[in-house]
Amino acid sequence: MAEAILTATDLVKYYPIKGGVLRRKVGDVKAVDGVSFELLKGETLGIVGESGCGKSTLGRLLMRLEEPTSGSVVFDGVDMYAQKGRAMRKLRRDIQIVFQDPYTSLNPRKTVGDIVGEPFDIHPDVVPRKGRRKAVQDLLDLVGLNPEHINRYPHQFSGGQRQRIGIARGIALNPKVLICDEPVSALDVSVQAQVVNLMEKLQDELGLSYIFIAHDLSVVRHISDRVGVMYLGKMAELGEEDDIYGRPTHPYTQALLSAVPVPDPTLRDKKEQIVLKGDVPSPANPPSGCRFHTRCWKAQDKCKTDIPLLELRPDGAGEHLSACHFAQPREIIETIDVSDLADGDLDTGRRDTASLEPVGDGPADS
Amino acid sequence: MTTSETMARESAKSSGQTYKPQDGLLLEVEDLHVEFHTPDGIARAINGVNFDLFEGQTLAILGESGSGKSVTAQAIMGILDMPPAVIPKGQIRYCGQDLLTMPDEQRRRTRGPEISMVFQDALSSLNPVFPVGWQIAEMFRVHRGMNKSDALERAVKLMQRVQIPAAKERVGAYPHQFSGGMRQRIMIAMAIALDPAVLIADEPTTALDVTVQAQIMALLQELQEERQMGLILITHDLGVVANVADKIAVMYAGRIVERADVYDLYRQPGHPYTKGLLESIPRLDQKGQQLAAIGGLPPNLMRIPEGCAFNPRCKFAQDVCREDRPALLEVAPGRESACHFAEEVLHG
Repeated sequence: MAEAILTATDLVKYYPIKGGVLRRKVGDVKAVDGVSFELLKGETLGIVGESGCGKSTLGRLLMRLEEPTSGSVVFDGVDMYAQKGRAMRKLRRDIQIVFQDPYTSLNPRKTVGDIVGEPFDIHPDVVPRKGRRKAVQDLLDLVGLNPEHINRYPHQFSGGQRQRIGIARGIALNPKVLICDEPVSALDVSVQAQVVNLMEKLQDELGLSYIFIAHDLSVVRHISDRVGVMYLGKMAELGEEDDIYGRPTHPYTQALLSAVPVPDPTLRDKKEQIVLKGDVPSPANPPSGCRFHTRCWKAQDKCKTDIPLLELRPDGAGEHLSACHFAQPREIIETIDVSDLADGDLDTGRRDTASLEPVGDGPADS
Repeated sequence: MTTSETMARESAKSSGQTYKPQDGLLLEVEDLHVEFHTPDGIARAINGVNFDLFEGQTLAILGESGSGKSVTAQAIMGILDMPPAVIPKGQIRYCGQDLLTMPDEQRRRTRGPEISMVFQDALSSLNPVFPVGWQIAEMFRVHRGMNKSDALERAVKLMQRVQIPAAKERVGAYPHQFSGGMRQRIMIAMAIALDPAVLIADEPTTALDVTVQAQIMALLQELQEERQMGLILITHDLGVVANVADKIAVMYAGRIVERADVYDLYRQPGHPYTKGLLESIPRLDQKGQQLAAIGGLPPNLMRIPEGCAFNPRCKFAQDVCREDRPALLEVAPGRESACHFAEEVLHG
């Protein structure tokens, strides 16, 4: 097994909610609440989850764009949150980020040359001043842009091209880890494939490790070696890509996978669909015990009180990390015989959600 | 007011004008053109679009950003800002009557009772300063002349119909108090309030998470079956389309480049662009391989390439494609493609 380049242990990030006349703290938004994982050298770790599950906050914590409430990140043997000043700046060279929205993450007043070359201004010893223009042009060439466009401004490029600029900036300092926060979500399908291909090519050529944060499950599956599924600030399931997509054991993963519309009309009525009740509860007031129990069809009393740990649980073919008291493999992608289902699996294939119980209505409600 | 009175008033649809579809044909769009006159030049957003919509049918309009799919919807609804938009040519007939030449007042009365629309972004489509119940009830007050309390009662019923939990208690809540999925349900409630014959859903689930998307699509399908509405589903998501559509029209640079039955199209695309789109979705058996991306970029609508608009990105392109714009022609029973080499694409 390859060695770990980045190890996150028990990362927690709470954002205070202030209220009242004195603006005292009245609560916390528990954006990330105890997440641990390792990123191996040269691998791609996909992080999936719905909006509000804390996946972007996790990315920002790994970049130290946010200070954690508690927990640690060890990068290449160095405790990241213990570093200060120059040492931290040096560390940042090795971890870079590509943001989701190529329209707001590039400064409209700067030329592409300035944007991609800015890392060299901050870390002047990487490339000598004279060689910078050439270095930027090489980078543009590497990400498939015309090096002659170095003096153009972001608005002169399309969405896909801008994302390439963002990637060029991300790899300028030759980092070891690139955190990609929804890098293709804003792009059209045909352009999305181009950018995914580019990222895979760069990984092969530069030996990068990726943390690939996205909500598009099929893209994550394509690019990732391992996948972590997040729900309300916690990791619900973590394993090899095959484990997660082929033998998911956490009910949330199963529901998520079953909800993805498959681009094949012949599977229309054959595919099992688990329609979840209601919305994601507010992270300011997450459910007790297992955070998924309010929407889970398997939930029992135990789930309301005991927090299930993310530990190795059998998945039929082996075992992988799952945080469910009643972890059980279930095939999602292929059709399953209804008669094989246990009695508890009532919610399957249900189209009619009329009997909805009133459940928490998402963050907007609080 | 008694129920029978309500019914009587409803059946007489406030304008007195009645529309009856012939043989189930609700909507015919013929040679529609839309241009935007901007200071930088003329953007040709739609360049000759034709399609029909029947009762109970789901037509998906599939395309990437800038392909003209939303503009088509807005043209049908009559909510384009004119100017800058101009419709130089074309007809949109609803039950045989051309909406584009109809007097404004008559057309206004079709919006809601006859044709209605669900937008992508429910938060910016709902009015933030009025309760949602009031906004739904407005449909009944304006179009049916109901009084406030009756209209509100109907709004509660509709909210229950779109499965909003505790509808009675929440009828007075404001849009920001609902989650994204619930807001989209309210949009749907407004759209179906007056029992329209045609419902246009413009990217109804794009802003939503997958688990919520599944709920909303199931609801839309259910309502469509129940009311036998003609549904125009506008989306860029090939997965969503595969799950709900009967027919698909694929748009590129303001034209329909392929139209087919959903099963035929996914089994065997008849246009290189459709083929490229389908191939660019990551599939299981392609793990670790390059995705078959379509090279290049969608064209600038101010400078659409000569001939076939797709030719600079097309693997099949020959000289004829750069000179001659292919028409949308039948290439097999029930399916059309606008490509000079449709046969090769279809069978090669």
